[in-house]
Amino acid sequence: MNNTNNIDAYRRKFLMGVAGTATAITIAPGLLLRQAGAKAPGDEISNKNRWGMLIDIDRLPNGGQTVVDACQQEHGWGHEEESNDKQKAQWVRTVHVKEKLTGHEFDLPVMCQHCETAPCADVCPTGASFRRKDGVVLVNKHICIGCRYCMMACPYKARSLVHEALFDQKPHSPRGKGTVESCTMCVHRIDKGQLPACVEASNGAIIFGDLNDENSEISQALKAKGGKQIRADLGLNTGVRYQGI
Amino acid sequence: MSNKQVIYSEVENNGIGYYGLLGFFGLFLLGGIVAFFTMEHHGHYISGMNNQIVWGLPHIFAIFLIVAASGALNVGSIGTVFGKKIYQPLGRLSGLIAIALLVGGLAILVLDLGRSDHVIEMAKGHLNFKSIFAWNMILYSGFLALVGLYLWAMMSRSKIAKKLYKPIGVSAFTWRLILTTGTGSIFGFLVARQAFDAAILAPEFIVLSFSLGLAIFIIVLMAAYKWTQREVGDTVLNRLRYLLAVFILGVLLLEVTRHLTNLYATEHHGVEGFILGGGNFYSNLFWIGYILVGTLLPVGLIFCRFLKNNRTALMAAAVLTALGGFALLYVIVIGGQAYPLVLFPNSEVSSSYFDGVVNSYSPSMWELLLGLFGVALFLAMVTVAVKVLRFMPASLADSVVDPHAK
Repeated sequence: MNNTNNIDAYRRKFLMGVAGTATAITIAPGLLLRQAGAKAPGDEISNKNRWGMLIDIDRLPNGGQTVVDACQQEHGWGHEEESNDKQKAQWVRTVHVKEKLTGHEFDLPVMCQHCETAPCADVCPTGASFRRKDGVVLVNKHICIGCRYCMMACPYKARSLVHEALFDQKPHSPRGKGTVESCTMCVHRIDKGQLPACVEASNGAIIFGDLNDENSEISQALKAKGGKQIRADLGLNTGVRYQGI
Repeated sequence: MSNKQVIYSEVENNGIGYYGLLGFFGLFLLGGIVAFFTMEHHGHYISGMNNQIVWGLPHIFAIFLIVAASGALNVGSIGTVFGKKIYQPLGRLSGLIAIALLVGGLAILVLDLGRSDHVIEMAKGHLNFKSIFAWNMILYSGFLALVGLYLWAMMSRSKIAKKLYKPIGVSAFTWRLILTTGTGSIFGFLVARQAFDAAILAPEFIVLSFSLGLAIFIIVLMAAYKWTQREVGDTVLNRLRYLLAVFILGVLLLEVTRHLTNLYATEHHGVEGFILGGGNFYSNLFWIGYILVGTLLPVGLIFCRFLKNNRTALMAAAVLTALGGFALLYVIVIGGQAYPLVLFPNSEVSSSYFDGVVNSYSPSMWELLLGLFGVALFLAMVTVAVKVLRFMPASLADSVVDPHAK
């Protein structure tokens, strides 16, 4: 009888513990996110906005290398010690293009194009690759299994697998061995009302803003001069547009 | 249901041969486990895979085994669904090989993941139903369950099992067709890659599963019956022999069609030239590995008048078919990634991220060990299962399987 009482007491204690932990897990992210100054998901991130970038390649400093360096410094990728050059992460790179017939040459930075219908998010088995309501395509590292199907599906080769253990990461840009990563459009900055690192470093060559707001600078610039998509034939309606390509 | 006169029995070998074989497979299992933990500890930098060739040798082994799994079930399905009596005694072994192949293939896939531990998240409900990968997880699990039921229906003496034998067999057959469609669609859905974006890959994978599954079945059947001193008659072997030829030619038909239709579209000319044009590893593998060694040679061995009823020729044809299928998968999957992704058509591109260049790939020892782990797991499962349960007919002599044959 005594034993049964003890077991009941243990059960009650256990259940209370489970309930407490569940409550803490539910509430904690909200509290922590607010402490970090970010917007809680579903709260202020909405499909009213669609964040995008317009890149004028003719005005980019140093052929775009400056914005690549700024991104690298902001997020800390590309310094993997054990990985070879083909295995190292590259969230953004400058691509040199030469049209065969005309000989016309140009350089442009290529990164995640934050597609409206993102092939990476479509193929991801767990939903780790996802598109936020405001159009930013991200990877949830906690549920990414590292299958690399998204890398196969991405038309822009914009994604990297982390091939080794990482140390001393930037707190605002967590990365993880065995998971896939790409340009986050600096969500940690835009959620605080700041500009992405590449935009800041671009000397005005990259306009960041809300594509859904017809009065925004980016919408006005696109309306006036247009902006091209890479592989527009795929119909992905990218959030990143280019002028001068 | 199987012919009444067919008697099934467990393998009774207890000698050094049987345990030596298991020990041999055990070595590869151990090698695979070491490879997994080494890669898990260090990360994928110790592999030959990289951000350009993201799926490598382990994936070829895995896809090979998974595709062959659904094909191996065909032997049973022909007996159950299409009522061909001569195939019915082979049904149990067919189901067993199918399950073991699938488990071997899936094991490789899981062990190669960047974060295998996160797979549990899928069980917690993190499934994206727009992803063919997520669908495949369900299709694979369902396949294992259905084939398990199918085996029960074949092996149980209960009335209910006899009653359910046909419907379960039909369900398993239907399921396997959907499953291989799903596997082929993994590549068909990759719209951005010039090498993959083709719906024909789904039916092609189905026919490839027919040929690879049958080839593996023939290899296992002939080896198992030889090592256990059981008899297999020419009637059974010749049925399988000519069926194999039909399947090999079926794959060839779809592969030729795939390339020809690709050649209609200018955007595919580059990649088709790369694979078919010669002068690189992948085109050599295609022409020598798949076309010559994996297709023409086995078909020649099967139809050569002087090799009629020749068992060595049949075994050789099956082995070559399997090797050819492996080569074809290698060309499709790795060759397709090696060819540079087209960002700007009609332009030359270059970057620090290897845009515009043909990507090289040299698999590491770890990847090979992971691949062989899957093969060893499949073979070990079959070896243990035939000793524990009655999967193998005591005899497949002509008089047993087809008493009316002349």
